Amino acid sequence: MKYLSLTSLHVGDICKVARIQAGRSATRRLYEMGFNTGAQVKVLKNDRGPIIVGLGGQKVALGRGLAEKMLVGIEQ
Amino acid sequence: MSMTIALVGNPNSGKTTLFNALTGANQHVGNWPGVTVERKEGQTRYKNQVYTVVDLPGTYSLGAFSEDEVVAREFILTGNPDVVINVVDATNIERNLYLTTQLLEMGAKVVVALNMVDEAEAREISVDEKALTKRLGIPVIPTVASRRRGMDELMEAATAVMYAPLNGHARLSYGESIDRKIAELKNLLTKEDFAYPPGWLALKLLEGDAYAQSVVDQSQTLQGSPAYGRFWNEVAAHAEDYQLEIVDSRYKFVGEITKDTVRRPKVAVQTTTDRVDRVLTHKYWGMPIFAVIMFIVFQLTFVIGEDLLGEVMVTGVDYIGEVFESLLLAVHAPQWLIDFTANGIVAGVGAVIEFVPLIVILYMLMGFLEDSGYMARAAYVMDNTMRLVGLQGKTFISMIVGFGCNVPGVMATRTLESKKDRMIAILINPFMSCGAKIPIYLVFIAAFFPSHGGLILFSVYALGIAIAFLMGKIFSKTLFKGESSHFIMELPPYRKPTLRNVLRNMWDNVSGFLTRAGTTIFAVVSLLWVLAVLPAGVEPYGAESILGRIGLLIAPIFKPAGFGSWQAAVGLFSGIAAKEAVVATLGMVYAGVEAGTELVAAIREVFTPLTAVSFMVMTLLYTPCAATLGTIRKETGSTKWALFSAVYTFTIAWVLAVFIFQVGSLLGFS
Ligand SMILES: Nc1nc2c(ncn2[C@@H]2O[C@H](COP(=O)(O)OP(=O)(O)O)[C@@H](O)[C@H]2O)c(=O)[nH]1
Repeated sequence: MKYLSLTSLHVGDICKVARIQAGRSATRRLYEMGFNTGAQVKVLKNDRGPIIVGLGGQKVALGRGLAEKMLVGIEQ
Repeated sequence: MSMTIALVGNPNSGKTTLFNALTGANQHVGNWPGVTVERKEGQTRYKNQVYTVVDLPGTYSLGAFSEDEVVAREFILTGNPDVVINVVDATNIERNLYLTTQLLEMGAKVVVALNMVDEAEAREISVDEKALTKRLGIPVIPTVASRRRGMDELMEAATAVMYAPLNGHARLSYGESIDRKIAELKNLLTKEDFAYPPGWLALKLLEGDAYAQSVVDQSQTLQGSPAYGRFWNEVAAHAEDYQLEIVDSRYKFVGEITKDTVRRPKVAVQTTTDRVDRVLTHKYWGMPIFAVIMFIVFQLTFVIGEDLLGEVMVTGVDYIGEVFESLLLAVHAPQWLIDFTANGIVAGVGAVIEFVPLIVILYMLMGFLEDSGYMARAAYVMDNTMRLVGLQGKTFISMIVGFGCNVPGVMATRTLESKKDRMIAILINPFMSCGAKIPIYLVFIAAFFPSHGGLILFSVYALGIAIAFLMGKIFSKTLFKGESSHFIMELPPYRKPTLRNVLRNMWDNVSGFLTRAGTTIFAVVSLLWVLAVLPAGVEPYGAESILGRIGLLIAPIFKPAGFGSWQAAVGLFSGIAAKEAVVATLGMVYAGVEAGTELVAAIREVFTPLTAVSFMVMTLLYTPCAATLGTIRKETGSTKWALFSAVYTFTIAWVLAVFIFQVGSLLGFS
């Protein structure tokens, strides 16, 4: 599996969180909001402004800066 | 003493709704994350026993990440609640149970309210709560807080847990090596008498919790202990890994217990929310749509609140005034009392009361938007713009709360994680025009721009936002440099607003307004009335009265802005006590001039359209009221910032008002 930044995905893509490199506190916050390693994420909107993803039936908006630092693996 | 029930849960899990269902209290309910910014208390009755219910801030975790989390966990650990009700959103159960694991770690007595089971059902998510109860070792009770379903069962379980000794709840394992470290550390910690359970403290220390660290740092014995030093030397190299491993272990635990107790459809049901969001969060249309929605809100407020109901209120207040007057005449009350009632109270407080319908309508509409879930989208579409000025979208939520009242607006900044974001958000919040200022605009609109009410009101609010942005930019370039925190925000599903929530939201704002009218405003008006008729012998409400002389002293400051009358000066000055006082004071000093003159007519005499605009801008932006300044002091922890905020807002307001008047005059407006 190759790792990509979340921002490089397209709407409809489903991926799994692999690694977050956003500094300690932001990484932790993401973990606690459910973006822990292996969590399944679906891209719902990715054009301008924060990216919107579906996570466990919830919609979460992530700033682009942050989304860039989230590395994910694409599922086939 | 009654037993205490604490409510904890993720933002937007329905915690406030559950609190209201239990206590029947008037709580502000919002369909956006982070509306409960303070601890709130209420009472509930079950089987003839009264219980105190404490609503704690909604959080995702109970770490030391934001102030909200610290408040919540401090209460659970040291406030001695007899039971904790953990509200869990059934539609997002994994993430919600993460918080539950932390409650288990604390050794709290917990009952899970599995909320929103109706919504889960609609999305074809099924939860086997009996099996879940077994796995967690704590009762899991399905509820629908918004329809008060499951409340008795919840109280039944909560009271049962409350009176029974703690036992049988699940224990988490963090992997063999961390478990061992926790046990070692716990042993060391037990030597000292901390206010927190040593096992929990040990876990938090390994998690790198700054707050727990500071607690332990205060212990001399431990700091001097070689065993303790040796322990940390060993751990140091792994500290970072431990943190994420601990978080991961919690999720692993949650994953295991939900694996065969929660079932979801393979393909998530396409919801209306997704379809609506495609439009409302559109990359180009999102912003204009937000502007149009707000414009419609103000326009509707005007049409219903003023055109339809305004006249009724004016007639009503006049009528009550007359009734009072004839009553007082009938009992041969002294002339001063009659005068005080007619010109002080009825003209002053009455001028404020006349605007109640408008405020009712405005907050019902805002409540409708909030309860529908739209406001989180507003914050989302604003994020781009906010970034441009060095802020982030979440700041916008505290700004919208400020439209109601700046006191909760300033408190709502607690959900911002970075110090920089938070300080700026606090300092710009007063530019958000609060409900108490509405009467001021309305009087001037009625006097000069009666046919453009909605537009003017909208522009005033927009100007407030623009100035807030501008100052945000300046602050982030000067006083508070650095990165603004990341934008992470949940977008709750759209829901049909319930009448109850809409009314409650409205009442939250209106009751404050009415209370102030009866207390602060009444007091200010009474005091000013005395000053306006003294010293004996001068013409009441004249320039020779004490009030007039004070006004004349301040008035020159406002001369360059076009409203250098002593009445205007006194009005603005009294507004620092509370913003409604501006209109109340104007009502009194002008009504006194000529008996029976309506405030609006008097304003038309004294102001011009241009000075009306500059006066409105002044009131929009100048020094916040005493309550807001007090809150700023509390939230920033410094008197310096409160003073700074009082002075800089005044300066900006003055500069802009002068600018408008001077440039307007040059251009030939009057
Ligand atoms: N369908 C459904 N909606 C609910 C339920 N409980 C709360 N809500 C709605 O969820 C939204 C958020 O609730 P709120 O109490 O403000 O959540 P808090 O942030 O946890 O305090 C509101 O619009 C409520 O009306 C429930 O059991 N079922």
